[in-house]
Amino acid sequence: MRKLSYAEAVNAALRRCLDEIPETLLYGEDVGVPGGVHGVSKGLHKAFGDRVFDTPISESAILGSAVGAAMFGRRPIVEIMWSDFFLVALDQVVNQAANVRYVSNGTVKAPLTIRTQQGNSPGACAQHSQNLEAFFLHTPGIRVCMPSTPQDAYDLTLAAVHCDDPTIVIENRTLYHGAKAEVVTDGEVQPIGGLRKRRDGDAVTVVTWGAISRRVEEAAENAEVLETVWLNPFPWDEVIASVRRTGRLAVVHEANRTGGFGAEVVARVVEAGVRLAAPPVRIAVPDMRLPAAPVLANALIPDVRSIAAAISDLAARG
Amino acid sequence: MNTLLDDLHQMWRIRLLEEKVRELRASNDIVGSVHLSIGQEAGPVGACSVLGENDALFATYRGHNWAVARGVPVEGILAELLGRATGVNGGRGGSAYFSDFAHGFHGENSIVGAGAPLAVGAALAGKYDGTNRVALTVFGDGAMNQGAVHESMNFAAALDLPVIFVCENNSWSELTPIDEMVRNPILAERARAYGILGERIDGNDPSVVRDRVGDAIEAAREGGGPALLELMTQRLVGHYIGDPEQYRRPGELEAAREVEPIAAATRKLREQGTSQARIDEAESNARSEVEDAATAALQAPLADVSTVKEHLYA
Repeated sequence: MRKLSYAEAVNAALRRCLDEIPETLLYGEDVGVPGGVHGVSKGLHKAFGDRVFDTPISESAILGSAVGAAMFGRRPIVEIMWSDFFLVALDQVVNQAANVRYVSNGTVKAPLTIRTQQGNSPGACAQHSQNLEAFFLHTPGIRVCMPSTPQDAYDLTLAAVHCDDPTIVIENRTLYHGAKAEVVTDGEVQPIGGLRKRRDGDAVTVVTWGAISRRVEEAAENAEVLETVWLNPFPWDEVIASVRRTGRLAVVHEANRTGGFGAEVVARVVEAGVRLAAPPVRIAVPDMRLPAAPVLANALIPDVRSIAAAISDLAARG
Repeated sequence: MNTLLDDLHQMWRIRLLEEKVRELRASNDIVGSVHLSIGQEAGPVGACSVLGENDALFATYRGHNWAVARGVPVEGILAELLGRATGVNGGRGGSAYFSDFAHGFHGENSIVGAGAPLAVGAALAGKYDGTNRVALTVFGDGAMNQGAVHESMNFAAALDLPVIFVCENNSWSELTPIDEMVRNPILAERARAYGILGERIDGNDPSVVRDRVGDAIEAAREGGGPALLELMTQRLVGHYIGDPEQYRRPGELEAAREVEPIAAATRKLREQGTSQARIDEAESNARSEVEDAATAALQAPLADVSTVKEHLYA
């Protein structure tokens, strides 16, 4: 057991992967010698030499080369510095990585891991604030997870690298250098999938993921808070069973409402025929571009108070 | 062994496969968009003859020629296009996106220029796995204007990766002339900007392609980094089957038929004194192979519907 920050936990998981899996490579913009713009890969180039390296600012080449190297037996771990930067190179994820196994009829695989981080932080501009997980969840063939605690950052990174599917680990920079927590770093590698029950309660089921989970955990009185750290595969059975028990569902995410994955969660619960005591609620950013000024951004992103109000309102209805 | 005669045979295998594909598309046995490589047989025949077993090859949707030259069985290709269970990808790839790793063909790609980053990755893998693999990625002149191709050339150059970028310049970026879409129509000159070898060569002569690609492969394998070879060639058919080709310039096709690879090789063999019987045999052997492959492919069962959801995930 070690006390690690979120960034240190990711670093420890990467170090273990590089140490235990000779096929791993770690690369991206400023990932090698500088140790990453957020310091996540600090020290790894020094420890692992040319298996950890810097690249040109070329997201298509970074992602595409990772797909190609994975098809040829490597297990690349690449970084897209901000998830917004995925958008210049989505082809390599959606048209290339996601198709490798399926179109080859199972004869070829692409076991790459893409680390990125997303979401708003004070002063971040509209091109450094977006929450894009729904793009990848709309792409069959890609695994997606979003850790929000140091332990999950460690465990999910490890699971992602060991997974034989292309996997995106979405981190959050506001968490990187927060409080340190005890992290088990010598456990077994966990399989992908699963959720974390963060609070017990019987009035409402609240499903959430990413950094906003911390706010939800604080805000949700008498609610069962399920943090779905894995979004693909998604724990449908557990979520549906919980809503069956509470009869009420709220989904909270930092992504935009329309087309957000919260809509899918609501739809699946309804499709499953769960009897609801009140209409389900989505708590999300209201379909807006994100302004840079903190006072403006804060007016759009759900905070502890607005989440608490929405959940207690839901609990009182019906 | 007469190399040119053997090349002619290989080029006939490609030409006749493509003609068979055109026939099967006309009869609707094959459906969907099909991009034929008729006229572009010399590049793949020359280049694939110098690729090693462990080397990588990434092509485009106009890639049947490269697959055949690399050694993918004609029957597997036809079955794939026909949506049969015996196709190289069991019907999941189709005409424009099939692959056959077992035969060293790492895939067509239906996104223009998207194979280049994949090839960079194959070469990168070779740095660590002890194979010293060279990766060859082929694309058309139109792909030279794609960001992913630029990124790949610079990335491979910066990291000294053994990637051979082969541009088949058939003068048409789909339906638009390449010389109207660039300021400098000599595409190979871009290599200088990346600090890599760049050369425009005759893409209609398999022996020229063999020599020049062979040299580039050898240099790359010895640590010399990537190269860009611009193979000047022509597409004797439309961008896709059914393309009305109203964009063609007067006299263009007539001139192209004089210099296209099969006409050129046949003429050269005659000049060298090769007997007509042997020249004819190069064609007739290829024709029997393609006919037999088509018969077998057409008799094969359709792709198995019960497997349609398999292999999405590990």
